[in-house]
Amino acid sequence: MPPPLALDWMALAPVLIVTVTGFASLLLDATPAAPGGKGILAGVGVVGLGGAVLVSLVLWGRAATSFQGMLALDDFALFFNLVFGVATALVLLLSVGYLRRQGAELGEYYVLVLFAALGMMLMAGAADLLVIFLGLELMSLSLYVLAGFFRTRPRGNESSMKYFLLGAFAGGFFLYGIALLYGATGTTSLTRLGQALAAPGRGRDPLVHAGLGLLLVGFGFKASAVPFHQWVPDVYEGAPTSVAALIATGSKAAALAALLRVLVAMRAIEADWGTLLWALAVVTMTAGNLIALVQSKVKRLLAYSSVAHVGYMLVALAAGLAPGAPAVLFYLAVYSIASVGAFGVVLLLERGDGREEVSDVEEYAGLGARHPGLALLLTIFLLALLGMPPTAGFVGKLYLFSAAIGRGFIWLGVIAVLNSVVAAYYYLRLIVYMYMREPEGAPVEAACPPAAGLALAVCLWLTVQFGVWPGPVLVLAQRAVAPLLR
Amino acid sequence: MLLSAITFLPTVGALALLALDRGDEGRLRRVSLGVTATTFLVSCLLWIGFDRSQAGMQFVEQRAWVPAVGIAYHVGVDGISLLLILLTTFLTPLCLLAAETQITTRVKEFLIAMLLLETGMLGVFVALDLFLFFVFWEAMLIPMYLVIGVWGGPRRVYAAVKFILYTMAGSALMLVAILVLYYLNGRATGVYTFDYDVLVRLPIAPATQGWLFLAFALAFAIKVPMFPFHTWLPDAHVEAPTAGSVILAGVLLKMGTYGFLRFCLPLFPAAAVRFAPVIFLLALIGILYGAWVSTVQPDMKKLVAYSSVSHLGFVMLGLFALNPQGLVGGIIQMVNHGLSTGGLFLLVGMLYERRHSRLIADFGGLWALLPVFSAIFLFVVFSSVGLPGLNGFVGEFLILLGAFQASRIAAVCATAGIIFAAVYLLWMYQRVAFGEVRHGELRALPDLGARELLTLGPILILIVWIGVYPKPFTAVTEPTVAALIQTVRTKAGGGGLIALVAPRP
Repeated sequence: MPPPLALDWMALAPVLIVTVTGFASLLLDATPAAPGGKGILAGVGVVGLGGAVLVSLVLWGRAATSFQGMLALDDFALFFNLVFGVATALVLLLSVGYLRRQGAELGEYYVLVLFAALGMMLMAGAADLLVIFLGLELMSLSLYVLAGFFRTRPRGNESSMKYFLLGAFAGGFFLYGIALLYGATGTTSLTRLGQALAAPGRGRDPLVHAGLGLLLVGFGFKASAVPFHQWVPDVYEGAPTSVAALIATGSKAAALAALLRVLVAMRAIEADWGTLLWALAVVTMTAGNLIALVQSKVKRLLAYSSVAHVGYMLVALAAGLAPGAPAVLFYLAVYSIASVGAFGVVLLLERGDGREEVSDVEEYAGLGARHPGLALLLTIFLLALLGMPPTAGFVGKLYLFSAAIGRGFIWLGVIAVLNSVVAAYYYLRLIVYMYMREPEGAPVEAACPPAAGLALAVCLWLTVQFGVWPGPVLVLAQRAVAPLLR
Repeated sequence: MLLSAITFLPTVGALALLALDRGDEGRLRRVSLGVTATTFLVSCLLWIGFDRSQAGMQFVEQRAWVPAVGIAYHVGVDGISLLLILLTTFLTPLCLLAAETQITTRVKEFLIAMLLLETGMLGVFVALDLFLFFVFWEAMLIPMYLVIGVWGGPRRVYAAVKFILYTMAGSALMLVAILVLYYLNGRATGVYTFDYDVLVRLPIAPATQGWLFLAFALAFAIKVPMFPFHTWLPDAHVEAPTAGSVILAGVLLKMGTYGFLRFCLPLFPAAAVRFAPVIFLLALIGILYGAWVSTVQPDMKKLVAYSSVSHLGFVMLGLFALNPQGLVGGIIQMVNHGLSTGGLFLLVGMLYERRHSRLIADFGGLWALLPVFSAIFLFVVFSSVGLPGLNGFVGEFLILLGAFQASRIAAVCATAGIIFAAVYLLWMYQRVAFGEVRHGELRALPDLGARELLTLGPILILIVWIGVYPKPFTAVTEPTVAALIQTVRTKAGGGGLIALVAPRP
C-alpha cells in the first residue's frame, strides 16, 4: 500500500489544470483592471481547458489511481476529459458575445462553467461512489447557479429553482442508494463493490437491487431519462442558451460516464439491470421524440430531443457493456459536438436587450435566405442529431443500434430506428421553416462574433470529420473502455 | 479511380459553386452544366471500357475505410448498374438545361443540391459495401427533399416531408436488416464486414431470409414505388420542379428496382423465390391501378406521375419472373422509363412554362399551333406506350416474354396494362394536341426554342436507338443476369443454412 499522501501528480494533471484555471479566473475577475472586459476570462478558460485536453492526450495509455484508489485516471477518464474539455471550451467561446448582448456579463459565469467542468471530470474519473457524488454536487451546484444567471428574468429564476429543487431531491436518492450499497457490501469503492457482488449469491441481495435502483434514479435525473426528465424543458428554456448547451452535453455525458463506471462494477448482475435499462431506453426515446413533435419553441424542442438521445444511448447499454460502452462513448463525443453546435446557432439568433426568450419555431421562417450561413450550419447540426449520413450522427447511431442488434436485441433495434424516423419529423420541421417558409414580422437580427464563429466552425469540422472519417475516434472509444471490461 | 472520379466529380463541382458569386447566375449555370456534362463524358469511358463478356464487377476499387468495424470503400460496376449509372449522368445535365428558365430563385443553392444529388445517386449504384450503400441511399434524400420543398409547387412542403418520411421509414428497417446480416456473417465466419462480395456468399436459413428480405423489400418497394406504398409518388412528382420530377422518375425510382436486383435477389434467393408470387400480384395491381388512375387525371403531370406506378409495375414483373428474358427486359425497361417518362416530364414542364397550367382541359389543338412540340410529344408518348420500333416496346416485350414463362395469367393481365397505357396516354395526347383550339391564349404560345430542342434531342436519339437496335444495351446486361439467375437457383436450393440466432449474455 502506498503512503497516504503519495500523489501521482502527473496523473492528476488534467484535473489540476482545470482547478487552477478556475481559481485563477476567480482572482482575475476580482482584479479591478482586467483589460478587455470579461472576454479575457473566457480566453483564460479556453486555454486552461485546451491544456487539460492536450495533457489528456499525452497521458493516454497510462493507468493510475490517486487518493488511495478514489480517483481513477485511466483511458476512460481521459476520453471523457477530451469530451468535457472540448464541449466546455466551445460553450465558453459561444458565451462571450452572448452574455454581453443579453446584458449579463459577469465574471462568475466563466468561473462557474470551469467548476462545472471540473465536477464532470471528477465524475468520469471516480473510482468510488462518494467521489461520484462529490463530482455530481460540484457540477450540479455550479449549474444550478448558471441556470438562473439571467437573474432578473422570471423564467431564469424558475429554471434555476426547478433545477435546484428537483436536483437536490435526485441527489438525495443517489446518496441513499450509496448507503444501501454500502450496507449490502460494506464498501463504497467500485472495485471492491464489483468483487463483493461477484461472490455467489451476493447479487440476489435485495439491498443491492434497491441501491442500484436508487442510483439509477439519480443518474436518470442528471442524464434526463424518462420518467426523470420533467425538469429538462423548463430548465433549458429559462437558462442562458449557452448553459443549456452545457447541461445538454457535459452534464449528460458526465452522468452517463459515472453510470458506466457503476455498471461496470455491477457486471455480475448485468442481466438484472439490462432488463431495467431496456425498458428505460424504450420509454425515454419514445416519450422524448413524441413530445418533441408538438413543441413550438426551439429550445424546448432541442430539450426533448436531448431526452430522446439518452434513450438511444440506453439502447446500446441495455444490450450489455461489452458492445454498448464503446458505442456510448463514441456517441457522446459526436452528440456533444452536434448539440453544442445546434444550441450555438440558436443562441446567436436570440434577441438581446433582456427581453424574454425568442426562438419560436416560426421565427426561423426564411432564415435560409437572410442568414444562409447560420441556416446551413443549423441544418447540418440538426441532420447530425437526426443521424443522417454523412454526418457523425449517422455513424454514432449506427454504432449504438448495432450494439443492441449484435446481442440479439432486434426488437429494441427496430424500436430505436423507428424512433429516429419520428425524430426526423421535428428536425425536418425546423429545416422546413428555415428554407421553405416566408418570414412573418420582423426578421431575427443575428451577428456572429468571431469567438462564436470559431466555435461553430470547430463543431462543423468535427461533425463532418467524425462522419466521414470515424475510425480514429472509434478506436479511441474502444480503447478507453477496454481496460474497464477486462 | 474512374468510378470514384465519376461519383465525386459532381461534389467537386458543388464545392466549386460554393466559391462563386451568387449574383452571377449565368456563370453558375455554365459551371454546373459543364461539370455534369463532363461527368457524363467520363462515364462514357465506362461504356467503352466495359468488358461485355464478363459477369462480375468491373472497375473495382477497394480501400479500407473504418477497418475497426469492417467498413470499406468498395465500389464497382456490373451489367446491372452500368446502364443506370449512364442514365443518371445522362439525365442530370438535361435537367439543368431544362431548369435554366424554370428555376430563377436561389439558383446557386439549387445547382449545388442537384450536383450533390447526382453524387448520391451514382454512389447508390456503385457501392459494394452495405454501409457505403446506406450512406449514399440516405444522404441523397436531403438534396431531393430540398429540391422539392424549396423550388416546388404550391403544396411543396407537404410533398417534400411526405417523400422523405416515407423513404426514411422504409430504409429504417433495412438498416436493422443490414446489421443483422453483418452479425450473422460475423458469427458464421468470424469476419465482421459490410462487404457485399462476402455477405452474398453467406448461406442463410429460409425463415431468417424471409424476415431480412421483407425488411430490404419494404425500403425498395417504397422507392419503386409498388402498390400500396406509392402514395408519396404523385405528391412528390407533381410538386417537384421539372428537373426534380425528371430525376425522381428517371433515376430515384430505379434505385428501388436496382435494390431488389442487387440485394434482395442474390442475398436472399430462397425468400425471393418464395415471395415472388406476392411481388407478382402487387406488380400487377400496380400496373392496372396505375393505369386506371392515370386515365382519369385532369392534370398532365399527375397523369405522368401515376403512369410511373404502372410502368414500374412492369419492371418488377420482369425482375421477379426470375428468368433471363424478364430480368434483361426489366433492366432495359428501367432505362426506357427514365427516358420516356423523363421526356414527358420535360415536355409537360415546357408546356407549363408557356401556359402556366397543366390541366388537360386548358389545352387543345396544339398540333396546329406548336407543330414541333406536338411532334416530339407524340414521339415520346409512343415511346411510353410501347410502340414497336421505339424503346418501350423492347423492354415490355422482353418482360412479357419472361412473365409468360413464369405465370401465364400474370402475362395476360399485364398485357391488358399495355392497352390501358395506350388508352390514358393517347387519350391525353388527343385532348391536348388535336381538336379545335378552344382557348385563344394558346395562339400566342411560342414553339420550342433551341435550348429546349437541345434538352430533348439526346432523349429522342436514345429512344430510337434502343428501339431499333437494342443489342448493345441488352448485351451488357446479359452475362450479369445469367450469373445472377445462376446464383439464385443454386442458393435457393442449398442446404446447411444459418439460422437467425439470438444468443443473450
